[in-house]
Amino acid sequence: MSWIVTSLWLIPAAPLAASLIILSLANSRRSAAAALAIIGQIAALTLSILAFLPTLQAPGYRSVHNFTWFTFGEQALRIGWVLDSLAAAMLVMIALVGLCIFVFSAGYMADDKNLTRFFAYLSFFSGAMLGVVIANSLLLLFVFWELVGLASYLLIGFWIHKPSAAAAAKKAFITTRIGDLGFFVGILWLYGGSGTLLFYDGGKGCLETAGLLGLGASATFVALLIFCGAVGKSGQFPLHIWLPDAMEGPTPVSALVHAATMVAAGVFLVARVYPLFSFGAIDGVTPSLVVVVSIGTITALMASLIALGQFDIKRILAYSTVSQLGLMMVSLGVGGVAAGMMHLIAHGFFKALLFLGAGSVIHGCHHEQDIRKMGGLRSLMPISFLTYAIGMMTLSGVPFFFSGGWTKEEILHATAHWHASHIPHYLMLAGVVLTALYMTRQMIYIFFGNRRAASENVHESPPIMTLPLIVLAICSIAFSVVLTPAWRWLHSYLTGEPAHFDIALLVQPMLFVSLALVAVGIGLGFVMYGKAGQLATGRVRPTGGQNRHRTAEMDPLERAQPALFHFLENKMWLDEIYDRTVVAWSRMAAHVSDWMDRHFWDGLVRGFAGLGQLFGIFSANFDERWINVRVDETMTGTRRLGRVMSAWHSGQIQTYLGMLAVGMLALLILYAWLA
Amino acid sequence: MAGMITALILIPLFGAFAVCVWPHTNARPIALIFNAITATLVFMLWRNFDATATGLQMVERHVWIPAIGAEYLVGIDGLSLLLVLLTSIIIPFAFLVQRMDRGFCALMLVTQSALYGTFTAQNFVLWFLFYEMSLIPAFLLIKIWGGENRDRAATKFFLYTFLGSVAMLLSFLGIYFAKGTFDFAQLAGLGKQGLLSGNVAWLAFAGIFLGLAVKVPLFPFHTWLPDAYETAPVGVSMVLTGVLSKMGVYGFVRLLLPLFPNEIKILAPWLLGLAVCSIVFASLAAWAQSDLKRMVAYLSINHLGYCMLGLFVITATTVRPAVEMQAALSGVFMQIFNHGITAAALFYYVGLLEQRRGLRGINDFGGLMQRTPLLCGWMSVAMFSSLGLPGLNGFIGEFLIFKGSFAIAASFTAVAVIGLLVTAIVFARAMQALFSGPLTESCSAFPDLGRTEKVVVVPVTLLMLAIGLAPQFVFNIINTTVIQMTRLLS
Amino acid sequence: MTPTLQLFLFVSAALFCIGLLAALSRRHAIFILIGIEMMLAAANLNFVAFWRFSPQPQPPIGVMVAIFSIAIAAAEAAVGLALVIAIYRHYRTTNVDRLDQLKG
Repeated sequence: MSWIVTSLWLIPAAPLAASLIILSLANSRRSAAAALAIIGQIAALTLSILAFLPTLQAPGYRSVHNFTWFTFGEQALRIGWVLDSLAAAMLVMIALVGLCIFVFSAGYMADDKNLTRFFAYLSFFSGAMLGVVIANSLLLLFVFWELVGLASYLLIGFWIHKPSAAAAAKKAFITTRIGDLGFFVGILWLYGGSGTLLFYDGGKGCLETAGLLGLGASATFVALLIFCGAVGKSGQFPLHIWLPDAMEGPTPVSALVHAATMVAAGVFLVARVYPLFSFGAIDGVTPSLVVVVSIGTITALMASLIALGQFDIKRILAYSTVSQLGLMMVSLGVGGVAAGMMHLIAHGFFKALLFLGAGSVIHGCHHEQDIRKMGGLRSLMPISFLTYAIGMMTLSGVPFFFSGGWTKEEILHATAHWHASHIPHYLMLAGVVLTALYMTRQMIYIFFGNRRAASENVHESPPIMTLPLIVLAICSIAFSVVLTPAWRWLHSYLTGEPAHFDIALLVQPMLFVSLALVAVGIGLGFVMYGKAGQLATGRVRPTGGQNRHRTAEMDPLERAQPALFHFLENKMWLDEIYDRTVVAWSRMAAHVSDWMDRHFWDGLVRGFAGLGQLFGIFSANFDERWINVRVDETMTGTRRLGRVMSAWHSGQIQTYLGMLAVGMLALLILYAWLA
Repeated sequence: MAGMITALILIPLFGAFAVCVWPHTNARPIALIFNAITATLVFMLWRNFDATATGLQMVERHVWIPAIGAEYLVGIDGLSLLLVLLTSIIIPFAFLVQRMDRGFCALMLVTQSALYGTFTAQNFVLWFLFYEMSLIPAFLLIKIWGGENRDRAATKFFLYTFLGSVAMLLSFLGIYFAKGTFDFAQLAGLGKQGLLSGNVAWLAFAGIFLGLAVKVPLFPFHTWLPDAYETAPVGVSMVLTGVLSKMGVYGFVRLLLPLFPNEIKILAPWLLGLAVCSIVFASLAAWAQSDLKRMVAYLSINHLGYCMLGLFVITATTVRPAVEMQAALSGVFMQIFNHGITAAALFYYVGLLEQRRGLRGINDFGGLMQRTPLLCGWMSVAMFSSLGLPGLNGFIGEFLIFKGSFAIAASFTAVAVIGLLVTAIVFARAMQALFSGPLTESCSAFPDLGRTEKVVVVPVTLLMLAIGLAPQFVFNIINTTVIQMTRLLS
Repeated sequence: MTPTLQLFLFVSAALFCIGLLAALSRRHAIFILIGIEMMLAAANLNFVAFWRFSPQPQPPIGVMVAIFSIAIAAAEAAVGLALVIAIYRHYRTTNVDRLDQLKG
C-alpha cells in the first residue's frame, strides 16, 4: 500500500488547518488570509496529484485504510478512507477548480471588509468537500457531507447584513437537511442490515458482496433513502428550490460550492454507493434506479425550462446547474456511471468557468446582475467574453473541441441503451436543445447588441481574475482529449478497464444527432433573441414588475407566450406552492404544538391542580360554614340561656327565700300526692 | 481511596457554610474555590477509576437505619462517574455566568452536594434523600432570584416534581415491604424474574414512572419545565437543564429499567410513543417560541426525548441484538453528557445576550454578527452542536441512539427523525433573527466577549469539539457499565 | 281539751308561716332575721312535740335537741346580726331591696 493511502487524510486536513489558522487571524490580516488559503489549496492539489498517480498503475486500482473511530459497548465503529479512480479523479478536479476559484476570489473579494472570514469559510468548505470524496465509510461521508452543508450555509449567508442572503442560507440549510434526514435513516438501516458502514473492507464492506447479501431486499429502500440525501444536496426536484436562492452568496462561492463541487456531491454519492442501487438488477434496471432516472429527467427538463424565463445572470446559471445535475442523475440511473462522472468532472470545470465569467461580468458592471441591463460587453471585456463563450459552448455540448460535448454524447448514448424505457432518452435530447437555447439567450443579452444601463464605465477585470478564467477555459477544452470515443481514457479509468485508442470510433451516429440538436438550439436562440440584444437603452423594469406596457423591452418569449413566460419566470410557482403548503403546514404544526402545550397539556396540569384547589376550597368552606358555625351557635345558645337564667338571679335575698318556700311547698305537695 | 465520595458530597456543604459565615462580598470566589477542590477530587476519582472492572467501585458502606433497611452506601460505576464529571463541569460555569449574592451561592453549593449524592448513592433511601435535597434549593433559587412569574413557576416546579417524588416513595415502600431491601444492586438482580406480581407491580411501576417522568421530563409531564427554565436565573437554568434533568434519566437507567423490564416491554409501544411525542412536539413548540430561553428549554425536552427513546427500546421487544442494545445505551449515556454541556452552554449564551440587552426575545436582536462576531461565532458552535452537526459532540450520542433504536423499533425512530429536522429549523431561524440582517439600534453598543466570558466559552467549545472528533475518552468511562447493563437486561 | 300532736303541729305550722311571711315581706334585714328565728322556733316546737308524743319518750333527748338547736340559733342570730351591721356600715342601709349584689 502506498504511503499516500494511509496519509490521505492530509488532503482535507491541509485546507481545514488553513481555515483554522485564518479564523484565528485578526480581521485586518487580509493578504495573509488569502495567501494561507491559497497555500492550503496548493498543498491539497499537490497531494491530490500524488494520490492520483498510484491509481494510474493498474486498472481498477482500489486501496483502503480503515481504523477504529471509537468503541461503544463491545463494538468498534470503524471508519476509513479509500483511494480509487472515482476518488482520485474527484480529488484532482475539486482541488484544481478550487485553486482557480481561490485565486479568483482574492481579486473578486478584494474590497470586502470580511475577507479573512471569507477565506476561512472557503478553505473549510474545500477541506470538507475533499473529505467527502475520500471517505470509505458512509458515516464519515455523512460527517463531511454535513460539514459541507454547514460551509455552504455560512458562505451563502456570507453577506450576513443582507436579509435576503440570510434567508437564502436558512432555506438552503433546511432544504438540504430534509434530504439528509432520509440519508440519515438510510445510514441507520444500512448499518443495522449489514453491520458495517465501511464501503470496502477486504470483502466485508457494505458495498461488497457479503454486505449486500446481508441487506437483501432492503437494499432498494436503503438506496432510495440515501438518494434522498443526494436529491437535497444536488438540487433535484422537488428539493431544488434552495439552489437558485443560494446565488445570494458571493459569486466565487456560487462557482465553487453551488456549481462545481458541493452540488455534485449528490451525484458522487450515488456513484459511490452504486452497488446498493444496482443490487439485484435485471438488465440493469432496479426500482431504485428507475426513481433516480425519473427524478433526474424531471429535474433536467424543468430546470432548463425555468432558465429560459430568468433575467438574473447567476440564476440562469444556477438553473443550468440544476438541469445538468439532473442529466448526471439520469446517466447514473440508466447505468452510465462513468459517463455521469465524466460529465460531473467536465461540468466542474466549465460551470466554474461560467460562474467566474459571470463574476467577472458582475464585477465589471458594478455588481449589476440583471442581464437586461447589460449588453454589448463583447468588446469591453474581451477575455471574459472569450472564456465565457468557451464555457457556453461546452455547456451547450458543442462536440469535438469542448469536453461537455463528448460527455453529453456519452450520456445520450447510455440513455439510448436503457432497457426500461426510451422516454428519458428523447427528453434528454430535448434538454440539449433547451440548454443551447437558454445559453444563447444569455450570451446575446450580455455580450451582444447595444450597451445598456449597466454597461457604462465597464472595465475588464484584473489579471488575478482573468487568469483563473483562462486556466479553466483551457481545462475545459483540453479535457476533451481524454473523453473522446476514440480514446475513452477517463471512461476506462473510471470503470477499471484498460483503455485503447481507435480513431475509427471517433465518429459515432450519436455525434451527428447531438451536433444537429445543438445547432438547432443555438440557431433558434439567434432567431428568437437576435433582436432582443438591441433592446432600448432606457429604463428597465424590475424583474417580475408590473409595468408591462413597453413591449419593446419584453423578452421575445414573453411577447409570444406571456402565460408560459410568466409561469417560467416565477419558477413554476414552486416556491409559492411550498410556502402555502409544506411550510405553512409545518409552521401551523409548530403553533398548534405550542398552543397544545400552553393550553391543553398545561391545562390538564392546571386542571389537576385546580381539582386540588377545589377540594381545598370545599374543605375550607366546610370548616368555615358548617363546623365553625355549629360551634358558634352552641356558644350563643348557651350564652342566651345564661342570660335568661341570670334574670332570675335578682340578688333579692327574699326572692330566693320565697322560691325556696315555693319549692318546699311543691315538694310537700308532691310527697303528699305520691303517698 | 476510601472516603473520597463522602468527601465529594461534604465539601460543597462546607462551602455553603463558609459562604454564609464569610463577608458577603467574597461569596463567589469562595464558592469557586470549593468548586476547584471538588474538581480536583473528581479528577482524582476519574484517574483512580478502573474502566475495565465491572460493578461498583470505591464503595463506602455504613449502617444507617437498620430498621428500615437504610444504609449509607455510595459507590460509582461508569454512569455515576460520567454524571459526577458533568456536574463538576457545569456548576463552576454556572457560578461564572452572573453576579450573585451569598444566599444564591450557598444554595447552589447545596444543590451541588445533593447532585453528587444522587449520582453516587446506591441505596434507595439515601438516594431519595439526596434527590429531594436538590429540589429545595432549586425551588428557592427560582422563587427568590427568578424573573417574571417566579412565584407561580417555582411553585409549579416544586409541587409537580414533589408529587412525582411522593408517588415514587410510595412505590418503593411497597417494594420494600415485599422484598425487604432498598439496595439498588439487589433489587436489580430481582427485577428480571418480576419484582412484584399482579396489580401491585403495575401500581409500583406507575408510581416510579410518574416520579421519574416528571423529573426528566417526558411528554406530557413536561409543562413545568418551560415555565421554570424561563423564569430561573441563567446560572440556575444551566444547572437545571445540565444536571438536574439528568437525575430523571439516571433514575430511569438505575431503577425503572432493571426493576420493571417486563412492564416496560408490555407498555413499550406507548412509552416509545411518548418519547417520540417528546421529540417531535417539543421541537415544534420550540419553533413557535419567541423567547430565547423558552426556546432552549423546549429543545431540552426534545433532546431528553432522544434519551428516553434510547432507553425504552432497550427492553422494547423480545428479540434484541446485544449490539443494538449497547448502541442505544451508549448513545443515551453520551447524550446525557453532551446535552448537559450543550444545553448549559446555550443557556449561558442566552444569558450573555440578556445581560447585554435586558431582553431575550428572538426579535429583540438583529445583525449581531456585525457587532459581536466572537459571541456569534462561539454561540453558533453550541447551536450546531445542539442540532446534531457531525464533528461536534451532539452527533455522536444521537447517532448511536438512532442506530440502536432503528434496529429495534424502526417505525418510531423514523418518526423521531423529524425532530432532527425541526431542531435545525429552530436554530436556523434563531441564527437568522439574531445574527443576520442590519444591526438593530438597540444592539449597536454591545460589547463582544469579555475575558471572563472567554474563560467559560473556550474550554466548553473545545470539549464539544473533542467529544465530537475523538469521543473514545468518554466511551472508556462507560463501556464496561454499558456491557454489564445490557447483560443484565437481555 | 287534751293536748294532741295535731294541735302542736298546727301551732308550729302557724308560727312557721308567720316567720316565713315576715322573712319574705319585711324589707328590714333585722326583721328578716326575726322571721327566721321564728321559723327556727317553729322547728324546735315540732321537735319537742314529736318527742313528747313518740311511743316511748326518753327523758332528756327531745329537750336536749331543742336546747342545742336554740343555742345554734342564738349563734346564728349573732352572726346574722354582725353581718347586718357590717352591711349597714358598708352600704349605709339595711333595706334588702337595695342589696342586690348577688344578681346574676
